[in-house]
Amino acid sequence: MAEKFDLQEREVWDGNYAASQAMRQAKVDVMAAYPITPSTPIVENYGAYVANGYVDGEFVMVESEHAAMSACVGASAAGGRVATATSSQGFALMVEVLYQASGMRLPIVLNVVNRALASPLNVRGDHADMYLGRDSGWIQMDAFNSQEAYDLALCAFKIGENHSVRLPVMVHQDGFITSHTAQNVYPLTDEAAYNFVGEIDPVDDMLDFSRPVTYGAQTEEDWHFEHKAKQHKALMDSVPVIEDVFAEFEKVSGRKYKRVESYMMEDAEVAIVALGTTVETSRVAALRMREQGIKAGVVAPRVFRPFPFDEIRDALENVKSVAVLDRSSPGGAMGAFYNEVSAALYTTENRPLVTNYIYGLGGRDFAVKDAMDIFADQKANADAGHITTDIQQFSGLRGPKLGFFKTKRG
Amino acid sequence: MIEIRWHSRAGQGAVTGAKSLGDIVATTGKEVQAFALYGSAKRGAALRAYNRIDDEPIITHEKFMYPDYVLVIDPALAMTDDITMNDKETTKYIITTHLDKESLIKEIPALQGKEDRVFVVDCIQISLDTIGRSIPNAPMLGAFVKVSGMFELDYFLENMKRVLAKFPQKIIDGNMQAITRAYNEVK
Repeated sequence: MAEKFDLQEREVWDGNYAASQAMRQAKVDVMAAYPITPSTPIVENYGAYVANGYVDGEFVMVESEHAAMSACVGASAAGGRVATATSSQGFALMVEVLYQASGMRLPIVLNVVNRALASPLNVRGDHADMYLGRDSGWIQMDAFNSQEAYDLALCAFKIGENHSVRLPVMVHQDGFITSHTAQNVYPLTDEAAYNFVGEIDPVDDMLDFSRPVTYGAQTEEDWHFEHKAKQHKALMDSVPVIEDVFAEFEKVSGRKYKRVESYMMEDAEVAIVALGTTVETSRVAALRMREQGIKAGVVAPRVFRPFPFDEIRDALENVKSVAVLDRSSPGGAMGAFYNEVSAALYTTENRPLVTNYIYGLGGRDFAVKDAMDIFADQKANADAGHITTDIQQFSGLRGPKLGFFKTKRG
Repeated sequence: MIEIRWHSRAGQGAVTGAKSLGDIVATTGKEVQAFALYGSAKRGAALRAYNRIDDEPIITHEKFMYPDYVLVIDPALAMTDDITMNDKETTKYIITTHLDKESLIKEIPALQGKEDRVFVVDCIQISLDTIGRSIPNAPMLGAFVKVSGMFELDYFLENMKRVLAKFPQKIIDGNMQAITRAYNEVK
């Protein structure tokens, strides 16, 4: 029986600590981990909870992130509640096994503390690792602050383990900006948190010897396609479960989550679409633009996968100019997030002007002023009725202005 | 919103100081933020830590700020770091030094003309005397409590005991003395 952990109604936690408390409260059975900055404290704290008797789970030390996720696959297939955390290079090393986990439909929870990918080496935050997971078949949820890193981690178990979902879930938070920033966090009591998450009811657990099953069978062209299509459909069909879990979470916490969060969009003429902490910083900028008479708003996917195609359309179809912000090096293309939002908007009646901003790579500060400049560009586009800047620009980059592609579209 | 910037060297406890301050301010019902900008992650390297305090939830995540308070817990950084960066007409400075205020300001041209907003306290000596090690963060908190007038000293000490609860009694007592002495000695 685990020791009682002393919790206050109001804590001051950083994102890492918040996530580790959610792991403790969800009573994770197995955490296999190979720590990496900036996510190290999540698994370190969980290890301390195990060692100090605050949780009855097992901490498995492994020799790499590849092994960490492999051990998670094994433990999850055996029927346990399983979680780990990683960042950046560790995430990259896990990628092969991420696809195994989703293909085997194992409801593992992975806390991803977003960090840039080398080279050059950089421990600070951007979304390069998050993007690397976007085709991996995992559900991906995005926290904009420490409180949300905690809340979404609890929701993640309940979504992934739901029998009509049975998929692994990532919860993303921004490296350092969230993971190492202490803020007010209002945790649930242990009892309320565990009642919300509930006990895991494994499907096809390998420890059920009376009913042997195979995981990760070879299929070749005969069945691979059907498996993958079914997996994709499972992701698409997870939407109502995600919405139900968010609704249930609101009942126990008073905090409301939606697959797409919209701020000041009722009458917005221009909008920023972003991920992570940038969403909140942009909200401050939008308020300041409104003081200047510019109707600015912010739209942000809370659930990045399955991609909220419809909700993005609904949120943005009536604005005139949209800036989509990618915090990942685009590698010779438009930003991936820009492409996804643009695809959704292309199917709308109104087809707003959409431009792309690459920003914040390797933890470069994204200030309120930067977001205000981006809003000002959008206002110029809206007034002109066409894109007045390069379609892809770099925000916060030193040196000569860098941009790509122009359009005459009006 | 109140914004605070700490100038420190890695190992002097500015990050812990900022987090402790955030923790205690939060008990008064305020919303807080505490974070740091680490340079190269090695002991002795200059770093900056930050606090924000507000009545509303704090949603900005920029590192940029116009500080209301600048807390310098390493005496040499007062000379070598840009401690007046992005300051305001009202920014208050609390600086660790063994010098008196006039001598210190004489050494730092950027502080000239701001005499009424500069406060000095010898956090290094106080921490050596009370805690037995050069950990200037706790005394700086005591000086901040006095200069800001944000709390009663007793309220702050009581809450600091809770923050330090996991430490041995000797350490807790040393910190209490350090905070109290700096509170009384800051000028």
